[in-house]
Amino acid sequence: MTALLEVSGVSVSFDGFRAINNLTFAIGSAELRAIIGPNGAGKSTFMDIVTGKTRPDSGTVTFGEKPVSLLTLSEAQIARAGIGRKFQRPTVFEDQTVAENLTLALKAARSPWRVLFWRGTSADSDRIGALAREVGLADHLQRKAGELSHGQKQWLEIAMLLAQEPRLLLVDEPAAGMTLAERERTTELLVGIARTRAVVVVEHDMDFVRRLNCRVTVLHEGAVLAEGSLDHVTKNQTVIDVYLGRG
Amino acid sequence: MRTLIQPRHRSMLVFLACLALFTIGVTIAAQLGLVSTSFVKTLGKTLCLCLAALAMDLIWGYAGILSLGHMAFFALGGYMIGMWLMYARTAEIVIASLANGGLPATPEEISQGIATQIFGVVGASDLPAVWGFAYSLPLQLLLVVVVPGVLALVFGWLAFRSRVTGVYLSILTQAMTLALALYLFQNDSGLRGNNGLSGLQNIPGMDAVGQDRISLWFFWVSALSLALVYVGLHSIVAGKFGSVIRAIRDDEARVRFLGYSVEGYKLFIFVLTAVITAFAGALYYPQAGIINPAELAPIASIYLAVWVAIGGRGRLYGAVIGAAVVSLLSSWFTGGRVPSVPLGFATINWVDWWQVLLGLTFVSVTLFAPKGIGGVFDRLAGLQSPDRKGAPLGPDDGALQEKEAQQ
Repeated sequence: MTALLEVSGVSVSFDGFRAINNLTFAIGSAELRAIIGPNGAGKSTFMDIVTGKTRPDSGTVTFGEKPVSLLTLSEAQIARAGIGRKFQRPTVFEDQTVAENLTLALKAARSPWRVLFWRGTSADSDRIGALAREVGLADHLQRKAGELSHGQKQWLEIAMLLAQEPRLLLVDEPAAGMTLAERERTTELLVGIARTRAVVVVEHDMDFVRRLNCRVTVLHEGAVLAEGSLDHVTKNQTVIDVYLGRG
Repeated sequence: MRTLIQPRHRSMLVFLACLALFTIGVTIAAQLGLVSTSFVKTLGKTLCLCLAALAMDLIWGYAGILSLGHMAFFALGGYMIGMWLMYARTAEIVIASLANGGLPATPEEISQGIATQIFGVVGASDLPAVWGFAYSLPLQLLLVVVVPGVLALVFGWLAFRSRVTGVYLSILTQAMTLALALYLFQNDSGLRGNNGLSGLQNIPGMDAVGQDRISLWFFWVSALSLALVYVGLHSIVAGKFGSVIRAIRDDEARVRFLGYSVEGYKLFIFVLTAVITAFAGALYYPQAGIINPAELAPIASIYLAVWVAIGGRGRLYGAVIGAAVVSLLSSWFTGGRVPSVPLGFATINWVDWWQVLLGLTFVSVTLFAPKGIGGVFDRLAGLQSPDRKGAPLGPDDGALQEKEAQQ
């Protein structure tokens, strides 16, 4: 299996603190992966590096079949290359309707001129309707996103990610603040998405990770500590010592 | 036609109807002699200021970029059209006076005469290179768009590329307009230093037409331009482009992760609004008759922001209402015809105290009625602010505040 995203030998330090230390990580083109680790293990920094927000001090990050280095691309170019990111707190555009939020995310030309003359086709509105149905927001298309509940905002953001049609999704703590029923639904969604694309889920909640039933990478002090099934990594003595043992 | 009567276009239709009624009313009043020529000019100028306020609302109210330098583009547009007006007018006078000499004047004599006439006041007798196109109206009209457009492009590219945002960008734009003003104040800037350009109300070749007619023509063109730009901007902000720039206003980092080049959009908006403002300036100064570098003073651009704030930012009609109300009140108060208020120990002379009143209004609007005058219309239409317990609609500095938003 060739990797879709390959991170190798990446290091980055902030003001002397090594947030990421010689990290190597790869994910295939249709794979679900959970990343766990204690606070400060470098999970968020890892996502920042992949999405172009943070530039590493050394190492390489490549993406795609014909590997393209992501290190020279801007955030927007990386997003257009097919990497979507969901933040921990739901970040939707609260002053705009659900439909407008989805239209913004919909895969289409992104340059100012093309957007200026963009006119939605019926295929576009069908797609928006289908996405909204998928996340249970079909009845809320004309509501302002700011009025939605926390869980609904999370789903709207997931629908926006899907609208982008990314090949790799980075999802930061999707289950945070969700009710049990909402979690189950989110699990189904993520597992479904991972059938056709790569999904990386950063999560604290072990129950949620177990439900995802996927390969797990444990980060510690900016490097990979262990990798494998959840049962495999939770049996690993070092993992127990640094992470699970404390909790 | 069906799409036009959708609720989201209602405000535009109401605005256009009001503008049309206003234009017809003023025209009839002017024909009947009810309003003076100078008042028609004041109204025409006000429409141009409304046009500039529309541009300010697009960049600040919709894209969240508080530019405090847009009046520099307004004045540059004025300078560009003023150069042709002054050159062509002076050429007429020089040719007429040389014709009295008996012999036909040579082209050298004519251009020498024009240069002496225009630049005698700053002690020069040659036309500077910047006047190279002043003989041609089409070229100078092109420069109305090109000069401010290129300045905005270069300035915006440098500023946005370095991701300068918020108050730092505002300060940078203030510095830009101040620097340009100081440059133009110099006699060797080639634009007559602090004298500026004058006699712009005399349209070349129209000596036979009275100012009463010309003022009405300019009034009509200003009204038509305001209507066209309003319709154009309305269609921009109602579409996906408007959605993108409002998203940039509220949370630009998120927009980047959607794959939009935030810097590209900001630059696009900056240049577009600079060009609209310059166009407004090119219509304004022939009605004002005179332009000098004081027009580029940093305070002028701050006024522009104050108008939009008082009118209600993020609503196109708000910007127009704010600019119209405040600038008309301003010319009323500073016109010296408002009776002073004797308080016994002091007298409130409105020419001086108007600024204080304006300042207090601005502060109170910001604190107590962030929707500005536009909020009155929201209330009439039954639109309310969302209940967000005081949270703004996004994490960015320019993000819409709770009280500015519509439910």
